[in-house]
Amino acid sequence: MNVRNYMRIEFPSLPENVSFARACVSSFAAQLDCTLEEIEEIKLVVSEAVSNCIIHAYNSRSNEIIVVMASIGDERELEIMVEDSGKGIADIMQAMEPTYSSDESRMGMGFTFMKSFMDNVEVRSKVGEGTSVTLRRTFMYHDKEALA
Amino acid sequence: MELVVSSITQRGDFFLKIEFKQVRSTLVVKLSGEFDMMIADKLRREIDSRLDSKQISNLIINLEKVTFIDSSGLGVIIGRYKKINSQKGHMYIVGASPSIEKILIFSGINKLIPIYKNEQDIINI
Repeated sequence: MNVRNYMRIEFPSLPENVSFARACVSSFAAQLDCTLEEIEEIKLVVSEAVSNCIIHAYNSRSNEIIVVMASIGDERELEIMVEDSGKGIADIMQAMEPTYSSDESRMGMGFTFMKSFMDNVEVRSKVGEGTSVTLRRTFMYHDKEALA
Repeated sequence: MELVVSSITQRGDFFLKIEFKQVRSTLVVKLSGEFDMMIADKLRREIDSRLDSKQISNLIINLEKVTFIDSSGLGVIIGRYKKINSQKGHMYIVGASPSIEKILIFSGINKLIPIYKNEQDIINI
C-alpha cells in the first residue's frame, strides 16, 4: 500500500475513549469519501477492537495505554491498527470464533464484526506482552453521477 | 432575580440517556445516544435492579434514539433476554433505525427477540 495519509492516537484504557477512538478513525476515513453505511461499519470495528483492549487485554484497568493508527492508501485502502500491551491472547483461533467470549456479559461478536466488515483481519499476540489487531479494507469507487 | 438550574449528571450520561417507564407488568427502557461499553454495566445494573425488585414480566427496549451499538450493547440486550426468558416473560425491541437493525440482524438477536417499529405495534398484538 502506498500510504497517502496517516494518523496515530494514544490514550488511556478508559471506557469513554472507545467512542473517542471510533470518532477519530471514522472522521479520518471520511477522506475516502465512503458511504454513511461504510463509516458506520468502520466505527463498529474500531469500537470492537478498542473495547477488546480494555476488557480483555487490560481486564478493565484504566491506566494502561492503547495506540490506534490508521493509514489511507492511494488505491482507497484503509488500514487500522489497534495495539495494547496487555496480557495477550493464548489461543488466537479460539478468540476469533463467533460467540466465543471469555466474558459472559459480552456477546462474543467482536472479531466476527471485524472479519465481516473488513477485507482482512490480522492478529498478532504474545502472552504477557500484548496484542495488535490490523484491519484492512479497500473501498470501491462510488459513481456519484450514477447514484444521483 | 437569579435563576439557579441544577441537575445531577452521572458519568456516562453524556453518551447514553436512559429513561424507564413501567406500564402494568411491562418495563420500557428508552435509550438515547451511543450504546457501547461506557454505559453497558450501568444499564445492566439499572435494568436488573428493576427486574428483581418490581413485578415485571415483560421488557421493551426502545432504541429509537440510539445512534450506535456494538457488541457490549448487544451483550446487555441478550443478557436481559436470558433473564426475562428464564422468568417466562417476553422481551421486545422497538424503534431501531436501519443501521442499528442491520447489526441486530447480523448478530442473530432478531431470531430471539422480536423487533417492532414502535411500542404501539406491541400493544396491538
